Amino acid sequence: MNISLEPARLLPLDIVRLAAYGLRARPLRVVLSALGIAIGIAAMIAVVGISTSSRAQLNQLLGELGTNLLSAGPGTTMFGEAATMEPEAIAMVGRIAGVEAVTAIGLLPEAKVYRTNRIPPSQSGGIAVYAARLDLLDTVSARIAAGSWLTPATASFPAVVLGSRAASRLGIGSSLIGQPIWLGGRWFTVVGILEPVSLVPLLDLSALIGWPGGKAFLDFEGDITTLYVRTDPAAIESVRALLARTANPEQPNEVDVSRPSDAIAAEAAADVAFTGLLLGLGAVALLVGGIGVANTMVISVLERRAEIGLRRSQGATRGHIRLQFFGEALLLALLGGGSGIVIGAIVTAGYARLQGWPVDIPLWVAGGGMAATLLIGGLAGLYPAMRAARLAPTEALSAT
Amino acid sequence: MSDAIISLRGVTRAFAGGVFGLRDVTLEIARGELVAIVGPSGSGKSTMLNIIGTLDRASSGTVEIDGHDVARLKDSDLSALRARRIGFVFQHFHLSPGVSALDNVADGLLYTGVGRAERRRRAEAALDQVGLAHRLGHRPHQMSGGEKQRTAIARALARRPALLLADEPTGALDSSSGEGVVQLLLELHRSGTAVVVITHDRDLAARLDRQASMRDGELVDDRRRTA
Repeated sequence: MNISLEPARLLPLDIVRLAAYGLRARPLRVVLSALGIAIGIAAMIAVVGISTSSRAQLNQLLGELGTNLLSAGPGTTMFGEAATMEPEAIAMVGRIAGVEAVTAIGLLPEAKVYRTNRIPPSQSGGIAVYAARLDLLDTVSARIAAGSWLTPATASFPAVVLGSRAASRLGIGSSLIGQPIWLGGRWFTVVGILEPVSLVPLLDLSALIGWPGGKAFLDFEGDITTLYVRTDPAAIESVRALLARTANPEQPNEVDVSRPSDAIAAEAAADVAFTGLLLGLGAVALLVGGIGVANTMVISVLERRAEIGLRRSQGATRGHIRLQFFGEALLLALLGGGSGIVIGAIVTAGYARLQGWPVDIPLWVAGGGMAATLLIGGLAGLYPAMRAARLAPTEALSAT
Repeated sequence: MSDAIISLRGVTRAFAGGVFGLRDVTLEIARGELVAIVGPSGSGKSTMLNIIGTLDRASSGTVEIDGHDVARLKDSDLSALRARRIGFVFQHFHLSPGVSALDNVADGLLYTGVGRAERRRRAEAALDQVGLAHRLGHRPHQMSGGEKQRTAIARALARRPALLLADEPTGALDSSSGEGVVQLLLELHRSGTAVVVITHDRDLAARLDRQASMRDGELVDDRRRTA
């Protein structure tokens, strides 16, 4: 060779310009095929986002309620009877190292609750009556919805605080605080209504009376049904190990020790399988979107043979043509993926706000969505780009 | 550096099915020459254009363009040759719709690896050279046929090619627009570029320095105008 030629060159920035130019020339087609990708990505982002937001809500709830509550409930005796604990258990458990608060409720199995004394005895509504210690409210993180909690004074009177479901079952709204209800064969005055108690749902369908009031007006003997124990968070396992033996030294096997926050944590884990299923559906939508992009690109190559021929005559190598169409497919997919992420985030934020949850879209989800988009766009662009590059210049130019 | 910009020796191009585009053609064109390749349709002149323009390869024989043996060049070298040395002008212009004259011409420089600002600067100069300095922002649909072809010529000459190949450059134009294009080609030739015009128009061919006539894939006549 007598002259060495400077090779044909295409600047990287110009590859991007070429891709954008190719898309700008056919806006409607671009929007429609990007939409396929956008729907797939948006579905996946929304599914993951909503699920993590819901989990964030449960975690926030756990954070507020604390995971350091233990309950020591009644097991059954060897003979199948409901077990109880001696009143002294409160003081004994309180002496375990790491225990911050101990409270208790005691079931009054014979007492039934009615709206009035005219209701037939069989229609009791399933509301359980418990004598409650005054520190129950704080220990189990319960809150008063209306009225007030028992005080040292009202605890000795025929006064009752109703759980949320018990109140609605009796048809007592917050305006009816101060009304009498027929409880255990005598009138008690409703002084307060609780909000739903997340850690101890059992209380929602209960009527709570004072410890001394129970002894004075109903035949309550002071036996404990369930102990609720708040511990130093670091000591929860050691307290848990000692709790049954301390609460009932003679029959520790009759005490069921549990950690109420475990139920909430289990709920947070439960929707993982469902999320996986929806994520799969999103992936199918994404795949269909990718096929749409491939289809658009194949048609584009067929339509633009003259352009390809012209570019080849101006010095474009096969590689340059391949890059141009591959870049166009990637850009098309990115356009779809980008808008999909935005749509998915909006849907997640809207739904979470509607549910009163915190919005939580992990960064890896957006990153993963972008990566999936690039992968799909690349796969979809590969074949059309090869095809465009393989086209002989003469054949391309003859197609006018 | 050899004197010939184009040197074909015993070139044959056979297509599938026993059809010959070119049959044993030998032709030498010097640098800066102005040549018409004439013939009726089907005579092989388009195949000739493709072979000379390195868009197609010969089945046998030697093709040397600008001193390069085409058979020994790979795709990327051929692309370099086209990008740096050869300009094409087509009958139907091949301008990008919706793109201004300036950018159509500037995009002709895309594969030379020159930055966009410099491409536009050169494009402006080339459009000025073809008398379209006042049409920089016009899109193809806003221009007449003659203006479109002059834009296409500007695109080819913005790369300052050593060889300009024009395929029926006046074929889609009325006679007065065609005349403007012919004048432009003559001017380019005067400035030192080798210009090869492929045409079936004998009147056009007669105005060029040399006419190579083709029929059935063979070169049947090669005469110089004696002026």
